[in-house]
Amino acid sequence: MASATAAAPPVERIEATQATQAAHGGGGHAGGGHSGMPAPSFGVDNRKLLMWMFLASDCMFFGSLIATYMIYRGRAEEIGVGPFPADILDIPYTSVSAFVLLMSSLTMVLALAAIQKNDMRGLRVWLAATSLLGTIFLGGQYFEFTEFFHEGLSLQTNMFGASFFTLTGFHGTHVAIGVVWLVSLLFVSLRGGLSQKDASSVEIAGLYWHFVDIVWIIIFTLVYLIPYDEVEGAAETHTEGFLKAGTAVFRLLGMVT
Amino acid sequence: MASIAQPVGPTGQAGGAGTQVLPSPAVRPSETGLLSWITTIDHKRIAILYGVSAFAFLLLGGLEAMFIRLQLARPENDLVSLERYNQLFTMHGTTMIFLAIMPLSVAFFNYVIPLQIGARDVAFPRLNAFSYWTFLAGALILNLSWLANAAPNQGWYGYAPLTADISLPGGVGGSPFSVARNVDFWALGLQVLGVASMAGSFNFIVTILNMRAPGVSMMRMGIFTWSALITNILIVLAFPAITVALILLSFDRFLGTSFYIPSIINDAGQLTLTGGDPLLWQHLFWIFGHPEVYILILPAFGIVSEIIPVFSRKPLFGYAVMVYAIAAIAFLGFGVWVHHMFTTGLGPTPNAVFSASTMLIAIPTGVKIFNWIGTMFGGHLNFTTPMLFAVGLVSQFTIGGISGVMHAAVPVDTQHNDSYFVVAHFHYVLFGGSIFGILAGIYFWFPKITGKLLDDKIGKWHFWLTFAAFNLTFFPMHFLGLQGMPRRYSSYGDGSGFFTWNIVVSAGGILLGATFVLFLYNVAKSLQHGKPAGADPWDASNLEWSIASPPAHYNFATYPVTASRDPLWEAKYGAHGHSPIQQELEIIEKVHAGVEDAPAPTYEVVHHHVHMPNPSYYPFIAALGFFLAALGLIFSHPRLEIARVDLPLLSTLGLIIMVVGIYGWCLEPASDPEPAATDPGGTVGHAGH
Repeated sequence: MASATAAAPPVERIEATQATQAAHGGGGHAGGGHSGMPAPSFGVDNRKLLMWMFLASDCMFFGSLIATYMIYRGRAEEIGVGPFPADILDIPYTSVSAFVLLMSSLTMVLALAAIQKNDMRGLRVWLAATSLLGTIFLGGQYFEFTEFFHEGLSLQTNMFGASFFTLTGFHGTHVAIGVVWLVSLLFVSLRGGLSQKDASSVEIAGLYWHFVDIVWIIIFTLVYLIPYDEVEGAAETHTEGFLKAGTAVFRLLGMVT
Repeated sequence: MASIAQPVGPTGQAGGAGTQVLPSPAVRPSETGLLSWITTIDHKRIAILYGVSAFAFLLLGGLEAMFIRLQLARPENDLVSLERYNQLFTMHGTTMIFLAIMPLSVAFFNYVIPLQIGARDVAFPRLNAFSYWTFLAGALILNLSWLANAAPNQGWYGYAPLTADISLPGGVGGSPFSVARNVDFWALGLQVLGVASMAGSFNFIVTILNMRAPGVSMMRMGIFTWSALITNILIVLAFPAITVALILLSFDRFLGTSFYIPSIINDAGQLTLTGGDPLLWQHLFWIFGHPEVYILILPAFGIVSEIIPVFSRKPLFGYAVMVYAIAAIAFLGFGVWVHHMFTTGLGPTPNAVFSASTMLIAIPTGVKIFNWIGTMFGGHLNFTTPMLFAVGLVSQFTIGGISGVMHAAVPVDTQHNDSYFVVAHFHYVLFGGSIFGILAGIYFWFPKITGKLLDDKIGKWHFWLTFAAFNLTFFPMHFLGLQGMPRRYSSYGDGSGFFTWNIVVSAGGILLGATFVLFLYNVAKSLQHGKPAGADPWDASNLEWSIASPPAHYNFATYPVTASRDPLWEAKYGAHGHSPIQQELEIIEKVHAGVEDAPAPTYEVVHHHVHMPNPSYYPFIAALGFFLAALGLIFSHPRLEIARVDLPLLSTLGLIIMVVGIYGWCLEPASDPEPAATDPGGTVGHAGH
């Protein structure tokens, strides 16, 4: 679309941009009768561009939380105050809920495909399915947290408890906000507020939803799947880890040059 | 092409009925009264809100600095208590960075970006209003701490475990809290300010990328807009690190975790290790904190890059290289944070790596300085007040830049660390850089914003007094630092040898404070009796000078078409004949001079309405809810018990208000439906091209 617009003669381009450029910005719902977007100079819908920027920012947010977890990984074993992750993490259980969350990405894609084909019934079904799968994931997390708490792990117990609950808790909060968003879209749709031209509203919610899923894949791998036995006893302070990483970079540079 | 030469009245609403060429939207954002300021979503009015509030905080931060300087004016002084002194330097730093320089830059972003790219508003006008009100909320939370007698007292970078461990003493007598809440005011205030900054930055990035008028390609944008784009990318990527750092800090303080606390005393009275690491705070903070330095200086660089070409009568020397240099500074800015931690014992390898990366930043920064000099070289220099401040930045920032390169060398940094040499360094970059740039920008764009020129004679006095007072204040700090005077000490001994330079610094500081009185006098006088500016008082080069001063609320009656980096110079002096921009400018000038009335439109009917979004209460409501929610975490009584969950009442209430605000915002139409007659199915069709 961008290249086609650029190729149009100047006067036409002016008319295209002259429309309700400023009116289209704010919020999640642009309102009826305004779907004629002025050709955005970057070729992407304003709200979608905003979501991409937000996701870039959220990468740094989760990056910081994950870095915190990784720095404190093995610290509980080092100090010797349990419960330790190796004793308490239930990989099969969490695999199931991870699978549920991944499947919700599939239903999200189907919801977007439905509204793009003007299939409003399909949209509602798949939006409901996605929110339901998200809610099941959240329920799973609720029971996991409760179980860990009964086994003696809390935010205050050790560094594992603090960093685990903080990282997965903030991910869960993201999922919860996503569920609220999808349910809101579902209600707007049930009241007839969504039509084919609002596909981007669903697409943007989908971008957020997929991002939250991808983050879970990373968290699941780093927190659950990578075994803790290797770390135990051989835990290093992050200073030493940092030094090793720095040395490795230098060796790499040496190999290259 | 003639149809786009659309005349605009000089102020958008002055004159008779003939002035208003365009049919006005149903609700005009430019109504008056307090309510109109609360509901406004016009980027120009929001810019004024930002500018006025931030300038007030600049004066407040300056007042705090005055107390610091009075306290240090003589040895063993007891003007303020030790605790109050801690509060003063903490709040001085926090205020100047987060409540003065950053929002003043945002004020310029708001006013100038849409005008430079030829847009009617930012991409998300209501989000823009939300950013401002959230900024004000964060600023109020920080400063309410004075009223609660619990102002933050831990230094602006809040090192753990001093901040994280609530068992450490902190509050002064008379504080109404059982636990000292000083750090909570700071942490929650910054958290709210972070949300405001990020919301604003998303908005500006989308605006710059997506709202450019035809012909305003990325490499034709005003250089200020470029610096704004990169600054906002820095904000978006750097603030999450401090968000996480502050969340972990608040967890340590409210929930009893030990992220930053290496050891605690258990119930049996024994010291036990927790595994927490105070250095994690420093890493997270400086991963944010160093890009923050560039967030503070890059907008000022952008401002002087606009000003120097105009008053050198030459296009900016090496525009593309200037753009790459800004980008390079921003990119490298993420890889230098450990130079704030050279004395924490990370070891020789990290220190060497970060020393090298820090030195690298001097290269693109040097490129910028040489390009400014290159722009002035051989130009017809006209030293008006904005130009003086711009050249002031080039010279004074260079001094700060050079002392910055000194700190890149680890052994030198080890000597300078926590001494007044560092204080001298960052005041040269933040005052000599950012504030000089901001003052240059105010003198430059004030006529566009108000329609009146600031008095140039007072302005020149203002500049030279500022220049003298600034150097008198901060240059001797280099000597004090090298003599070994540590920063943040509230006093020094009688025989320490620090007195001589300290009295000079204090005298300079008071004089520097007085220059702001002179500036305010200039603003007040010029608002009343200033010379009318006209559309283009500086014979400038960019689009914002092609429309009336102050611009109509819709900025551009028709979208300008540009084919040049200096579209207005191209229009005025280019070889392409009578351009549309030039015609518009001539009409504005004639109307302004009273030579003729605004002409009726020379063409049929405007194809589409100028269709501006409506004012809205919801951004204010959402920000108000956010304010109460954050405040409720500090004033955590009375409490509310729902089921078995015990919640602070104020936070719960705030959260509900915020959710109501957000839903109202999402569900209200952004603007009135377009009248059918003006939209013959055209917009949809055009967008589909």
